[in-house]
Amino acid sequence: MQRSVWNTQRPGGARLKFRTFAAFVGPSILMMLLFIAFPLVTVFINSFQVTNPVFTTQEVETCTPGFLTQTCTTEVKTIPVIGDDGEVVTVTEWVGFASYANVLGGERAMSALAGFDFGALLRIDFWKALRFTLTFTLFTLPFVLGLGLAIAVVVNNAARHIKGPVIFVSLLPFIITPVIGALSIRWLFYGDGIVTVWLEALMNTDLSIAANGWAIEFLMMFYRVWHVAPFAFVIFYAGLQTVNQDTLESAIIDGASRWERLRYVVIPHLMPLIVFITLIHLMDAYRAFEEVIGFSSESYRITLQYLTWDYLTPDDAGNRAVSSASASAMLTMIGVVVLLAAPLRRTWRDHRGA
Amino acid sequence: MLMKKLALAGAFALGASTAAMACSFQNDVEVRSLSAGFEAWKAVTDAMAECGNVQAELDQEFRTKQPAAFAANPSLYHIGGVSNGTITPLLNEGTIRPLDDLVEQYGQNLADNQLIRVNGNIMAVAMMVNTQHMMYRSDIFEDLGLEVPTTYDEVLEAAAAIQEAGVVEYPLGATMKSGWNIAQDFVNMFQGYGGTFYNADSTPGINSEAGIQALEMMQALTAYMDPEYLVSDSTYVQQQFQQGKIAMANLWASRGGAMNDEAESQVVGKVGSASAPIAVAGNAPATTLWWDGIVIAANIPDEEAEAAFRVAMEGLDEEMVTANNGDAIWLVPGYQPDEMAQGAIATATSDPAPASYPSTSQMGLMHTALGNELPAFFTGEQSAEETLAAVEEAYTAAAKEAGLLQ
Repeated sequence: MQRSVWNTQRPGGARLKFRTFAAFVGPSILMMLLFIAFPLVTVFINSFQVTNPVFTTQEVETCTPGFLTQTCTTEVKTIPVIGDDGEVVTVTEWVGFASYANVLGGERAMSALAGFDFGALLRIDFWKALRFTLTFTLFTLPFVLGLGLAIAVVVNNAARHIKGPVIFVSLLPFIITPVIGALSIRWLFYGDGIVTVWLEALMNTDLSIAANGWAIEFLMMFYRVWHVAPFAFVIFYAGLQTVNQDTLESAIIDGASRWERLRYVVIPHLMPLIVFITLIHLMDAYRAFEEVIGFSSESYRITLQYLTWDYLTPDDAGNRAVSSASASAMLTMIGVVVLLAAPLRRTWRDHRGA
Repeated sequence: MLMKKLALAGAFALGASTAAMACSFQNDVEVRSLSAGFEAWKAVTDAMAECGNVQAELDQEFRTKQPAAFAANPSLYHIGGVSNGTITPLLNEGTIRPLDDLVEQYGQNLADNQLIRVNGNIMAVAMMVNTQHMMYRSDIFEDLGLEVPTTYDEVLEAAAAIQEAGVVEYPLGATMKSGWNIAQDFVNMFQGYGGTFYNADSTPGINSEAGIQALEMMQALTAYMDPEYLVSDSTYVQQQFQQGKIAMANLWASRGGAMNDEAESQVVGKVGSASAPIAVAGNAPATTLWWDGIVIAANIPDEEAEAAFRVAMEGLDEEMVTANNGDAIWLVPGYQPDEMAQGAIATATSDPAPASYPSTSQMGLMHTALGNELPAFFTGEQSAEETLAAVEEAYTAAAKEAGLLQ
């Protein structure tokens, strides 16, 4: 339909069509190259390269204030060489997979793997982060789907005049800035948070939520489900509007219960949307980061994205591990691709079958 | 942060109107500064703002922003607030300028003690010293007839006695939040036990007798703390004090003023200070000495540097110190040490005196490795030896990537 209109209005315009197409798509391809492809290639190259300053050792006299008098100490310090242009002289080396080995835990990981000592393996930052990130991602998924669908069904069946307010309230957690949302849940539970005080009064004990890894893990997952379920709700709610009413009515005539209608009519109809939300959620949750910051969970639980950020943050002396950060980022990307492989293949099969 | 900015904007607007009175000259050059956000910096930047055209940014993340901001050309800030821990990247990369000429021209009021010299050049002007030392509830100690502890073994005894009496929720507080804070706590204790962080060839030296002793002492102390100590930073400990929840902590001197802030504190006049405890008899107190001060960027025109330095001198004058005497252990002439300053002074003048924080490229990596790996010991996932081995491994990997180790 579209095509025939197009062709009749621009007869013999194959060249023009391509130009129009290019004019429309060109800017976004340029943007994608500039902001996605180029940084990705840079990160990829960086992960195989190490750039560091050339250091020299030099005797340095430093005087620091004490009370009344100064203390001057002379010591040999390792300091970077500054070139004629006033910049620090750096060298760049190709290191192969050294940065990947470093992120994965090097010899410590090898010996843990060789001895089948998973406890030791999980104490290495990367594996600790991978364990948590995977649990976090896969555990929250069914809750996001289930809760999203439940809210959608409830709202769909709600009386017309309260639909608006109910939708608004349901969407709120999704609208709130992630870190703020995480902080508000943290404040409910950490220290003498309101909920903690209630629980303490209820159970007559002294609780320290932030001193338990599993409690923090639970709160982080709870927060993620609370934050993302509205997204699933919006998508499902839209999907529910397109359910074939005739099919539903014939199901009712056939004596299908409310549950059977949901199970055999509505859910099959929503299947493509379920796959879509699954894809988005797997991608997002695997890159979890706000939770670690919001709940200060670094001592107990870290995510892969947090690990990359940690490598990238300069310390007080100004060192940052760019190569390890790049390797960590590449590994995260590989993880996302592996995770998405199954649902993507399913979509592809359905697409071809259709 | 927003509140800080708003407050600053307010202070700035206020400052502009009274500029003629409070500042000795009218500043026409735009001057920007980036510093930490604790009380002393608020006092100093407010005083600088009185000269007009000063934009002060107070940000606790300054340490990660400063190196890149000063490396830009022109530099994004004229004045940097640094400490002996955070000056290293600026010195290493040559992004701050020697101040000898400016000090000669405008620094008549500075004490010689304030001039930070590196290889003979004045690279920074210090304004205050800071250290983690013993703060304690003097009323509780008096009621229970306890002596103020001078060693960590005595700290444990006093903590046990206070717990027995049940007067506070937790006898001890500590800045043990995972990351920078817990690493700093370990650095204090490790130096107290006489350890060496790294050897002359940059290889790590942390997995030693001193390392294990330091970890074991820290763990013994945690028995008397709020179990949530791994999320407890300086502000958290300060609030625990202010709300009367703890009786002792080895806390930053710069937090002392807040104990007597009537708007926040329920323990005004009840907190005393003493020297940081000693870990092993004969050693220096288990803490490190710090100074805070200002530096001027290298990548700015000389006129702007001159204006920035003059503004900074106004911020560091006697008038500012008199108005904000309790906010820090000032090095600026005119400072009257108060009750709260006694702890810091006792710490710094003890014999032998604690070393200042060893600020080097290696130490930066070591601090990060400690901050990331130590929590596993306190959550019980790893033994002390395993933890220290993990720290050494993390340090070695990072040092190789940074080019410090081959």
